[in-house]
Amino acid sequence: MMASTRAELLRLLRWPAVWVLGGLWLALNLIFGYLFTYLSYRSEDGAGFTEQVADAATSQTLLAQVLPDQVPVVLVEGLPMFGGALLLIMGALTIGSGYGWGSWKTVFTAGPRRLTALTGTLAALGLILVGLMLATLVLDVGASLTVAAVESQPVHWPGLLDTVRSVGAGTLIGGMWMAAGVLLGTLVRGPALSVGLGLVWALVVENLLRGVASLLGPVEAVTDVLPGTAAGSLAGALGGLTEGEVGGTPGVNTVLGGGVATALLAGYVLVFILVSGWLTARRDLAG
Amino acid sequence: MTEPIVTTNRLTKHYGERAAVDQVSLTVRRGEVYGFLGPNGAGKTTTLRMLVGLVRPTGGTAQVLGHPPGSPATLTRIGALIEGPGFYPYLSGRDNLRVLARYTGLDDVAVAAALELVDLTGRAGDKFRSYSLGMKQRLGVAAALLDEPDLLILDEPTNGLDPAGMADMRALIRYLADQGQTVLLSSHLLGEVEQICDRVGVISQGRLLAESTVAELRGQRSVLVRGDPLKVAAEVAAGQVGADRVTLADGMLRLAIEDDRTGAVVRALVTAGVEVREVHPGERTLEDVFFELTGDRKEVPS
Repeated sequence: MMASTRAELLRLLRWPAVWVLGGLWLALNLIFGYLFTYLSYRSEDGAGFTEQVADAATSQTLLAQVLPDQVPVVLVEGLPMFGGALLLIMGALTIGSGYGWGSWKTVFTAGPRRLTALTGTLAALGLILVGLMLATLVLDVGASLTVAAVESQPVHWPGLLDTVRSVGAGTLIGGMWMAAGVLLGTLVRGPALSVGLGLVWALVVENLLRGVASLLGPVEAVTDVLPGTAAGSLAGALGGLTEGEVGGTPGVNTVLGGGVATALLAGYVLVFILVSGWLTARRDLAG
Repeated sequence: MTEPIVTTNRLTKHYGERAAVDQVSLTVRRGEVYGFLGPNGAGKTTTLRMLVGLVRPTGGTAQVLGHPPGSPATLTRIGALIEGPGFYPYLSGRDNLRVLARYTGLDDVAVAAALELVDLTGRAGDKFRSYSLGMKQRLGVAAALLDEPDLLILDEPTNGLDPAGMADMRALIRYLADQGQTVLLSSHLLGEVEQICDRVGVISQGRLLAESTVAELRGQRSVLVRGDPLKVAAEVAAGQVGADRVTLADGMLRLAIEDDRTGAVVRALVTAGVEVREVHPGERTLEDVFFELTGDRKEVPS
């Protein structure tokens, strides 16, 4: 498996798509996590861009969100929605493109077992994901320190446990979406359709179902355990603010407790990977 | 050149009701260049895919280098280029091979040697997407040769190449064969197979119709007849020896018959008013044999 992981790391780290998606996540995390919040706080007359943030207390809430002790929260709150979508694309492209290019055919006839090759890909994606979370942490710390310095605020560091928990949760949420992408790429054996289906699910279908859920009880029971709900719940459990709150983030919710959300996400990761592995090992490669 | 390293026994692949490969039993021996000859859609690629484990048979068995197809023990000793080269377009040719080398625990020396063998060293740093089709095919062969395989499986390696590229590819395969490399080569190009293969298996509509050396296949007798009008001659000859034994070649009829039937045919032609201008034994080409076996003969002109 080490050989397969090294091989996959070599090709993934030289793939512009990985850097573009990773860079996009870092940029969006900074923009939505720090830039917009800080601009709201600093907007003219100190009242923010909307009436919603018109009082001083709210203004201080906005500022508090971009200071160093809130880094663990900012790190995860973008992942249930746009971060997850980007990582889903990465997973789907990594697997699906290989079928489109015929490179899986080449790899599968080069020697390694199919499952060994897939495990190498998953391990390489996992390492990239952990690297991305750590890079996000560093960037968020840098951004929050900059805000603290500019606003002459005292620096309160986040707790080590909170930080580790946040990086772990981010990895789990991102890993779940990435694994979903891997599954879609394996299912449809192509990049375009897998990415399209994944984005429609993550950004549209789940939200539509939540809209319907308020009218239909059985649907609500289902939406409560959907991947996006679990991802948003874990971010919410770590302090992420829901969309309706000041400085809240789309995708974050408090439907499930942290423990349940973690277990559910881990279950999704496991199921997505197992189904991908089964399909990879069992299906003919005849296209 | 006698040890069989690929054997299939009634190997079959069905897609629904359709048999893509129908009870194919073939043998490839160590050290030979085996040509797997058939028209497009005959089942060549599906057979090769089964031999490397990309596709599972629905019937029959196969042994490749003493193991079932697709087992890691087999795959590490096979080099395969199946249905065109499949590589990462954003990587250079060299990096593509390095990725494969990492999978199999090989070092960059093996990569350099494979690139040198297919004469790609000068362009190895260029992106795969910028390669011509011929270069892509050569990189595919380089990938197949990376681990010094006991068996090289090449699926239509000259497909899409210009004449010079085809000649280069054939020369490379012949060079490898001269070094003792066993090659299983599929092709729909008769001349190609005739030029570089020691033995041939002819497949059509999923069934293996013949398997022999090129010389043995060509050795079956025929008689060439030039007569006028040719259409009448073809009809009379078909009536005498059967339509499946009559083909048109260069304005002459080629009759797949033994010499002792020649007289009867000529008498029938003369009786029917055909002016017989030339009769002599025919030296059959692989093309003749192929059309005879597959029934995919040329139309007799009206």
